[in-house]
Amino acid sequence: MSNSFLKRASILPGFGPALGYTVLYLCLIVLIPLSAVFLKSVSSSWEHLWRTVTAPNVMAAYRLSFGASFIAGIVSAAAGFLIAWVLVRYDFPGKAFCDALVDLPFALPTAVAGIALTSLYTENGWLGRYLVPLGIKVAFTPLGVVVALTFIGLPFVVRSVQPVLADADRELEEAASSLGASRLQVFTRVIFPMVGPALLTGFAMAFARALGEYGSVIFISGNLPMKTEIVPLLIVTKLEQYDYAGATAIAVVMLLSSFLLLLGINILQRRTRRFMEADQL
Amino acid sequence: MAVQWTLTLLAIAALGAFIALPLIAVFVQAFDKGWAAYLTAVSDPNTLSAIKLSLLAVGIAVPLNMIFGIAAAWVIAKFRFRGRDILVSLIDIPFGVSPVISGLIFILLFGAGGWFGPWLEKYDIHIVFAVPGIILATIFVTFPFVARELIPLMESQGIEEEEAALVLGASGWQMFFRVTLPNIRWGLLYGVVLCTARALGEFGAVSVVSGHIRGETNTLPLHVEILYNEYNYAGAFAVASLLSVIAVVTLGLKKLLEWKTGRGTP
Repeated sequence: MSNSFLKRASILPGFGPALGYTVLYLCLIVLIPLSAVFLKSVSSSWEHLWRTVTAPNVMAAYRLSFGASFIAGIVSAAAGFLIAWVLVRYDFPGKAFCDALVDLPFALPTAVAGIALTSLYTENGWLGRYLVPLGIKVAFTPLGVVVALTFIGLPFVVRSVQPVLADADRELEEAASSLGASRLQVFTRVIFPMVGPALLTGFAMAFARALGEYGSVIFISGNLPMKTEIVPLLIVTKLEQYDYAGATAIAVVMLLSSFLLLLGINILQRRTRRFMEADQL
Repeated sequence: MAVQWTLTLLAIAALGAFIALPLIAVFVQAFDKGWAAYLTAVSDPNTLSAIKLSLLAVGIAVPLNMIFGIAAAWVIAKFRFRGRDILVSLIDIPFGVSPVISGLIFILLFGAGGWFGPWLEKYDIHIVFAVPGIILATIFVTFPFVARELIPLMESQGIEEEEAALVLGASGWQMFFRVTLPNIRWGLLYGVVLCTARALGEFGAVSVVSGHIRGETNTLPLHVEILYNEYNYAGAFAVASLLSVIAVVTLGLKKLLEWKTGRGTP
């Protein structure tokens, strides 16, 4: 076999054609189009690029996008951990339904989520009518962006924590509490170290997804210049003005940050897996 | 016990407020002006053409990504070769790209000032701000779904059954259709369901490459946006309710397939 240097011998057929097709399709759909962004960005001058990605409204958008995504990630992590815990450890009527509901943000189109959330939090919405008199304005404020991003991020945390919790050996907790540990001690010393990496992975996935999120945010944010404009919206605005170089420059910043995040997530996931495998030995 | 019930109630409250309430709101507002208004909004010619375009994009994107997913999973799960890990990471890329950027890349390629722009103009071919752009963006966004579902499944199934089929004299395609495909059918369907849901609901990427021409380059989610921005809330929510029904059906199918593939949550 001429390709034995590249691949371990196998009697299964189809390696060549399947690999060829996979790589070709990957290049045509993903790699070549994506490389266009990077090549386009180097075609304009550095100074212009720098000025575009550090313009005041772009800086304000970074602050909002990163800040709101971070807060939404934290809220998702807290609420998601609680939901995962309850779904794994307790039995209650409607549990299967609740479990299915967790995935709704994956299945519901973002634009639908966007208009639905907006309608809930406007002044006469179901939640807004109680929150607005208290001085809590959600719709058309940065808080609204956080709410939308939490909706998007929640399932990521639940779905990465849930299997680890289900897998965790409860004897460890029982041993700790029989040795005199309080509930809080069991939680911080036994449960949290076990679930920590998965929780962090869930947070990072929610954060990464939130950074790029568009559809669910633009309705509830109101898109007020310098106040509630997220970074993806600025890309769209620049495209609408036919400022392709500007849109590309901002896109490169976003792409680089999400690739860094993905790299981090990958490392985290490998660690979690190693932990779960070690646990099974 | 007290702790258990407090935590359960808190979790249900969080699920209810963050996730269930928006879904309920869609349906309540869709019927705000009654059945007649709902039916008018849903049967409007522009809605129907949006449904048609959405189905067209799904009908092209999902089969293509399904074939890719099977080929990629076959190579990655059944063989050991150099660059395998890199290939797996590259397939995941579209998940890490903002939908807006997923649309932007096709404008940079096929738009007026793009790489192929002058050539396309010469032959009067329209890709961006037209239907082909919408289909391309949909393919890009839903690219990893089937492959991602199949790779771990096929890896866990090993290669013994395929080897046995070959030793017993099956041809490559016989082995694939009689052994491999039946083994992965539920996992494949699972990936296809998720892929379809995302393809139907994609907004950001499609919004960027669509020309927003009503009745021509509007998918269902884009039609929702247009109606909403025209303050036609009942209409927007009526169309949104169609998408929500599909989302709920997707969740049901997903649960069913998780149960079928034996990975139901404990």
